[in-house]
Amino acid sequence: MLKIIARRVLVAIPTLVLVTLIVFGLQKILPGDPLLTLAGEERDPQVLAYLREKYRLDDPFHMQYLAWLGNVLTGDFGNSLRTGVPVSTLIAQKLPVTLQLAVMAIIMAMLIGIPAGIISAVRKGTTTDYAANAVALSGMSIPNFWLGIILIMVVSVQWRLLPASGYVPLTENPIQSLRTMLMPSFVLATALAAYLMRHTRSAMLGVLTSDYIRTARAKGLLPKTVILKHALRNALMPIVTLSTLLFGELLAGAVLTEQVFTIPGFGKLIVDAVFTRDYAVVQGVVLCTAVGFIFMNLVADVLYILINPRLRHPQ
Amino acid sequence: MRLLLSSLLATTLLATVGASAQDFRIGLQEDPDVLDPHKSRTFVGRLVYTSLCDKLIDVDAALEFVPRVATDWSWNDDNTQLTFTIRDDMVFHDGEKLDAAAVAANLERARTLPDSLRKSELASVTGVEATDDTTVVLTLAQPDATLLAQLSDRAGMLLSPASFETDVGTNPVCSGPYKFVSRVQNDRIILEKFADHPEADDYHFDRLVFQPIPDSTVRLANLRAGDLDMLERLNPSDAATVRDDAALQFVTVAGLGYQGITINTSGEGKGDNPLGTDKRVRQALQLAIGRDIINEVVGNGLFEPAQQPFPPASPYNSEKFPLVARDVEAAKALLAEAGHERVSFELAFGNNTTASAINELIQAMASEAGFDISLQPTEFAAMQQEMQAGNYQAAQIGWSGRVDPDGNLHGFVTCEGTLNDSNYCNEEVDRLLNEARQTPDTQARIPLYEQAQAILMDELPIIYVYHQPWPFVLSSNVEGFEAYPDGMLRLKGVSLAD
Repeated sequence: MLKIIARRVLVAIPTLVLVTLIVFGLQKILPGDPLLTLAGEERDPQVLAYLREKYRLDDPFHMQYLAWLGNVLTGDFGNSLRTGVPVSTLIAQKLPVTLQLAVMAIIMAMLIGIPAGIISAVRKGTTTDYAANAVALSGMSIPNFWLGIILIMVVSVQWRLLPASGYVPLTENPIQSLRTMLMPSFVLATALAAYLMRHTRSAMLGVLTSDYIRTARAKGLLPKTVILKHALRNALMPIVTLSTLLFGELLAGAVLTEQVFTIPGFGKLIVDAVFTRDYAVVQGVVLCTAVGFIFMNLVADVLYILINPRLRHPQ
Repeated sequence: MRLLLSSLLATTLLATVGASAQDFRIGLQEDPDVLDPHKSRTFVGRLVYTSLCDKLIDVDAALEFVPRVATDWSWNDDNTQLTFTIRDDMVFHDGEKLDAAAVAANLERARTLPDSLRKSELASVTGVEATDDTTVVLTLAQPDATLLAQLSDRAGMLLSPASFETDVGTNPVCSGPYKFVSRVQNDRIILEKFADHPEADDYHFDRLVFQPIPDSTVRLANLRAGDLDMLERLNPSDAATVRDDAALQFVTVAGLGYQGITINTSGEGKGDNPLGTDKRVRQALQLAIGRDIINEVVGNGLFEPAQQPFPPASPYNSEKFPLVARDVEAAKALLAEAGHERVSFELAFGNNTTASAINELIQAMASEAGFDISLQPTEFAAMQQEMQAGNYQAAQIGWSGRVDPDGNLHGFVTCEGTLNDSNYCNEEVDRLLNEARQTPDTQARIPLYEQAQAILMDELPIIYVYHQPWPFVLSSNVEGFEAYPDGMLRLKGVSLAD
């Protein structure tokens, strides 16, 4: 097991280098001069020249990249061009926000999606099944930003039940923190729950028609036991993988949802940074989310092995 | 007895509520940049500075200069020395004394720091000296009429000199009515009342919370839900519903800036086209555009039509140049005179909903007069670069505006101007605007701008379209707020009713 993990970590390193290289390159291709953007209405040629030199913006591409990489290896992600705040501070500020949102969203999605998938598989062809499918389809199709704005209008403005947007750290006020995050994580969860429901349903359907389930039923086991103990355990494997990967995606930040609910997470940070050509911030955040994503992939593999004993001793 | 007790209890409860920390929450359109007044660039950052950092002088609603840290100022006879008298009852947020030496140190920092963006604003200053505890003398290379305006803004803001060596941008130490507490980028900036400010009694909130909420709809929803007390820059399309809402107050004022069409008149590269090379074509374009129609259709009455770069409140906004009304026939005639039946050109604009609506309207109106406009919605950063490189034909872009007329015109139309994306160059305009720069007397200055404008109105390197408004929305329990043409949030005397 440890060997597998170690090998995976080693393989991840070139992937990370490639990711940062691509992002670095793409940023250079983007039209727009970071300094002009930075300067905005205050275009003093002397100051621009000074800053261009300070941030090495005229160096050739590979020099800029190597300088950045060298600093990263010593733990220095650079400073935000726009606010002067160190990128590592920004990441430390935003990571808990994004983590909280991702965890709440994935838990909600699993709580809704998996039971719905089981019920709809067990009651295949009934009205319940069709209804669940219709709901899932709309969950996938309704755009997040639209649902977000409608929720704000109804829940916050009309009913005044939850705060409209913003973020309160868990450590500052746990209840208020959960309240502000409830709507955004629900919005994110709707689409994820729909995926989970569809996958649970099809996995369960596959398992439910297999021989060992028929045998279990023939033995006279309670339907509940057959479904939850025998069928679900096997059907769960793809679901676990899928959930872990979805969680990895959530770590990259939910751009639209964060924008609508003004949540200061990774998504909003990176979008703002791209628009202001804040190279160091984009690089740092992308590196961080790439690490997160690769880590979640690794977790998915390990979980897969843990759930499926057949994979524990590969031939 | 019971009645007495319960009313006593109620009073105590109410009193506690009244005495507890009172926050004032302000929704901003963007997140400010670095919070160092000498290095910062954004309009939105200045909204925070108004409460955080005192400046030498301020402007009032009529754009006149009024005392702030300086109680008095005077010029010498040939306008090369400016003397300020500094109040002696002020301290910085770190407890350091605010005296003439501190003022001089700030001006010195603003004009010498390598990445100070105030350097060009203070370019005429050759020396700053504190002659005693309350007197600061600025020596100028030549008379500079724009200097007072610069000092009424970020160039005149004061930081505690003891903080110069620290990281000012993330922890500014000023002397304003509120002091810096904390900031989480993209989330909030928190300021706390500074009890030692001489005017502390006129500031009624214990804390100010600035929250950047870029989506205008969401910003308004937050105000409606009671999560904000006020917001700035309402989307004009929401103006009607806000006006009808009794729970909200709508306060708007025409700003110092403008939105207009900047035309590449270089005659080279992309500037080599009828619109760029023939002023008659540009005049025809102006005649084809109904500024009042844009105000009505897209601006909901907030986009005050602009003919000149100067704000309506400014004494330099001249009656000699009334609004050019839309006249399709006259536009067609001018195009014919220039030898064209139809003229086509590309019009770039920063891609957002309001700009799209405005430019589609311009496209439709101009089409009737014989223009085939191909609209090019562009991401703002990319458009800026293309414009500076001269790689565009025309662009719809704005300017946030300055108090002094020089700031709205000089850099854009003088041959070497840093903002001259039109690549426009006319020696007479240069001469007039340079002279106006050195003429502090308003009455002597007005005719210079009028002469320059007469040329510019004929040659039209920039067609001004409307004055940018500053629409604020406040919750109905906010009392005493007044909007200023510079769009700043002056919270002196503003309070929340129970």
